[in-house]
Amino acid sequence: MSKTVRIFVKGNEAVSRGALAAKCRCFFGYPITPQNEIPEFMSSEMPKAGGEFVQAESEVAAANMLLGAGACGVRAMTSSSSPGVSLKQEAISYMAGSEIPAVIVNMNRGGPGLGDIGPAQGDYYQSTRGGGHGDYRLLVLAPSTGQEAYDMTIQAFDLAFKYRNPVMVLGDAILGQMKEPITPWIPENIESEGGEDWRLDGANGREKRLIKSLFLEEGALAGQNQKLQAKYDAMKEMADAELFDTEDAELVVCAYGSIGRIAKSAVRKLRKEGKKVGLFRPKTLYPFPEKPLLKLAKEGKRFLTVEHNLGQMVDDVRLAIRTVADSDFFPIYPGNLPTPDDFEEPILKSLEGK
Amino acid sequence: MSRYLDSIIAGFGGQGVMLIGNLLAYAGMQEGLNVTYIPVYGPEMRGGTANCTVVLAEEEIGSPIIRRPTSLIIMNRPSLDKFQTRLQDGGINIINSSLVDMELADTKRVNCYAVPANEIADKLGNTRMANMVALGAFIEATKIMPLDAVVNSLDNVISAHYSHLIPKNAEALQAGADHIK
Amino acid sequence: MSEMNEKLVFDRPKAVIDRPTHYCPGCHHGVAHRLVGELLEELGVFEDTILVSSIGCSVFLYNYLNVDAVEAPHGRAPAVATGVKAARKDNFVFAYQGDGDLASIGMAEILHAANRGEKISVVFVNNTVYGMTGGQMAPTTLIGQRTTTCPSGRCLEHEGAPIRMTEIIAGLGGTAFAARGSLDNVKNIRQAKKYMRKAFECQTQNKGFGFVELLSACPTNWKMTPVQANERIQTEMIPYFPLGVYKDTDEGGAC
Repeated sequence: MSKTVRIFVKGNEAVSRGALAAKCRCFFGYPITPQNEIPEFMSSEMPKAGGEFVQAESEVAAANMLLGAGACGVRAMTSSSSPGVSLKQEAISYMAGSEIPAVIVNMNRGGPGLGDIGPAQGDYYQSTRGGGHGDYRLLVLAPSTGQEAYDMTIQAFDLAFKYRNPVMVLGDAILGQMKEPITPWIPENIESEGGEDWRLDGANGREKRLIKSLFLEEGALAGQNQKLQAKYDAMKEMADAELFDTEDAELVVCAYGSIGRIAKSAVRKLRKEGKKVGLFRPKTLYPFPEKPLLKLAKEGKRFLTVEHNLGQMVDDVRLAIRTVADSDFFPIYPGNLPTPDDFEEPILKSLEGK
Repeated sequence: MSRYLDSIIAGFGGQGVMLIGNLLAYAGMQEGLNVTYIPVYGPEMRGGTANCTVVLAEEEIGSPIIRRPTSLIIMNRPSLDKFQTRLQDGGINIINSSLVDMELADTKRVNCYAVPANEIADKLGNTRMANMVALGAFIEATKIMPLDAVVNSLDNVISAHYSHLIPKNAEALQAGADHIK
Repeated sequence: MSEMNEKLVFDRPKAVIDRPTHYCPGCHHGVAHRLVGELLEELGVFEDTILVSSIGCSVFLYNYLNVDAVEAPHGRAPAVATGVKAARKDNFVFAYQGDGDLASIGMAEILHAANRGEKISVVFVNNTVYGMTGGQMAPTTLIGQRTTTCPSGRCLEHEGAPIRMTEIIAGLGGTAFAARGSLDNVKNIRQAKKYMRKAFECQTQNKGFGFVELLSACPTNWKMTPVQANERIQTEMIPYFPLGVYKDTDEGGAC
C-alpha cells in the first residue's frame, strides 16, 4: 500500500514549492510581511534548482525584473503583500500590454496604507480590475488551503503561458502564515521555458523580435486592445468555483480564499442544525464564475456575500445574478480576525430574509 | 462521532507555545488527521504574548481560526484572562499552575487541570521544557492521540541543533501525562 | 570615373537597420546608435543581443537595431535587463537610457543593478533635458540652463546641482567599468567608442557591470543650431561633466 507523503508547511512555503514544481526558474523578491517565507525559501532553493534568485531593491524593481525574465519566455515569479503589490502595478500593466506571462503572488494584508500585517481581502478590486493604468485583466486564482496554494501556483504558470498574460495568486495573511499538510506532486510534460514563437533569446539568423506595449501607429493600439479583449473573453472558459451543499440550499453564502473556508465551517454547523444553507466559493476571481452562480440564482436561491473588506466581490456576485436576484453583504473589517461564529448571525438573518 | 479537537495554546513569547502547537499539529498529521496550525503574534518579534490555534479533525477542516475552542493550554495569567471565557462549556483547560493562581480557574463550567509545568520541568532539569509538560498533560486529558505519536514527532519540530534535547523533551511530555493520570 | 573604380569605404553595420531615424537634425542619438551597432558586430554578439529600451526619444532604438528587444517602463531598464540576464545568461544584454530615465525616475534601478555587479551594459545618453516630452528640466540640466520647467534657468538653491552619474556609478562595488565620453566631434566619438567597447567587454568577459555616459546634443530643445549645440558641449557640458575613465577594474581603479 502506498501511503501518500504529506508535508506540514506554511501556505507561503506551499506556494514556493508549487512554483519550483512548475519549473519556475527566476524569482525576484523584496521583504514584506506576511510573505517573507517565499523569498526566504526561494533564496536557498531556487539556486539548487538551477534557477536565479534576486533580492530586488524595491517591489518596483522586482516586478520589472519579472517583466524582463518573462519576456524571455522563462517561467518567473515575484511575490509580495498589499503595499508592495501596489508598487508592482506599473510593471504588471506593461506586462499585460506586452503580453508577457508571469506569476505574481499577493498575500493580502490589511489596508489601506500601511494597514497591518494581518489578513484582509481589500485587494480584490486591485487584482480583478487590472490594478494599474490602462484597460487590462489578470487571471486571478484564490486558494483557500495549503494544498490549493501549491496546486494553483502550478496552474498559474500553465495559464500564464497558455494566455500570454500575467497571473495573480491571491492569498492572505491566514493562508501565508497557516501551516497545513500538503501532498506535493510534480506535474508532467512541462518546461521551464515556453513561447518558442515569441520569446527573446537573440535573433541568431531569424527575424528579430520585439516585445512592447507602445502602439503609436494609427489603429495599432485599438487593434491591441481588441486582441486583449478577445483573450479575456477566451479566459472565461476556465472560470471555476467550489459548490458546497448548494443543491437544496435556500441561502448560498459567497466567499473566497480564507474567508471561504471559514464560512464553510459556519455553513456546516448550521447544516447540522437543519438550516438550508450552502457555500459558493470562487476559485478564480477573474474570470469570475458567473455561470454556476446564475444557475443557482435561477433556482430561486438567495445570496449573502461575506468578505474581509468593505464589499468588493459582492459587485461581481450581483453582476452575475442581476437579472434574477440580489445579494446581501456582510463585511469583516480588515484588522479583525474572523471566526465561523461571526458569520452565523448574518447567515441566519439572510436566510430568514431579514 | 469522528475525532475533532481544536485548541488555543497561549503564553508569553519564549515559553514555546508555538513549538508545542507545531508539535501537536505535526503529530496529528502523522496520525492521519487533517490539521491546521496558525500562529498569532503581537507586533514585537520577542517577548510579547503569543498564541496559536491548532485544529485536528478527521473530516476536512474549514476554519483554522476558532473563537470558542474545545480546549486550551494556558501557560500564563494573561492568557487565562483572555481565553478561559471563550472555552466551550465542558471544554478541557490545561493550566500552568506554576504561574497561574488556580483560584481563577472556572472549575464549574469547564474541566480544569492544574499542571505545575515549570516545577515539573525544573525537576527534570530545565524550566524551558514546561511547554512539553503542559502538552503531555493535554494529550492525556484529551486522549486525541497516543502520547507516542507526539514523542515520535519531536525530531520533526526541534531543529537539528537541539536534537540532543529530544530525550529530555520526551521525558517532559511523559511527566506531564503522568501528572494527571 | 568609371564604376569599376568605385570602392566601398564606409558601410552600414549589419546590426543597424537601413531606415531613416525619427531624430531631429543634429541629434546625437543616431551617432550613438551606430556606435552600438558597430560594436555589437565587432564583438560578435549581435545575433545574441537582447536590447532593453527605455522611455524617451530613444524608445525607438528597437526600430533601428536588428536585435531582439523588450521595452521597459520609464527608468526601469536596468531592472528589466537584470531579469533578462537572469533568464538568459548566455545572451548579450544591454540597456540604453537617457538622463531623465536613468538619473531621475530610474536612479534606484541603475544604482542597484550596478552595485549588484549585474553582467549587463548600460549606455547613458546625457543631453541635459527631457527631449521627447518637450525639453523639461532633467537631473543633469546645468545651472542657469533654461528649460520649459525652469524658464529662468536652473537654480542651485531650488533645483539642486546637476548629477554626475558616471562618478556615482564608479563608486559602486559591482561596477567593472565606468567612463564618460562625448559625441560632439570625431575625435571624441572615436574615444567614446573605445569606452563603449570596454563597457561591453565587461559583460562578454564576465567582469561585471559596464557603464558609459555619452554627452550628447539636443539642438531642438536647447533652441540651437546643430553647430551651436556641439559648441555648447565643449564650452558648458564638458567643464561640468569631465570626460574620461572613472573606474576600470582592469587598471586597478579610478582615473
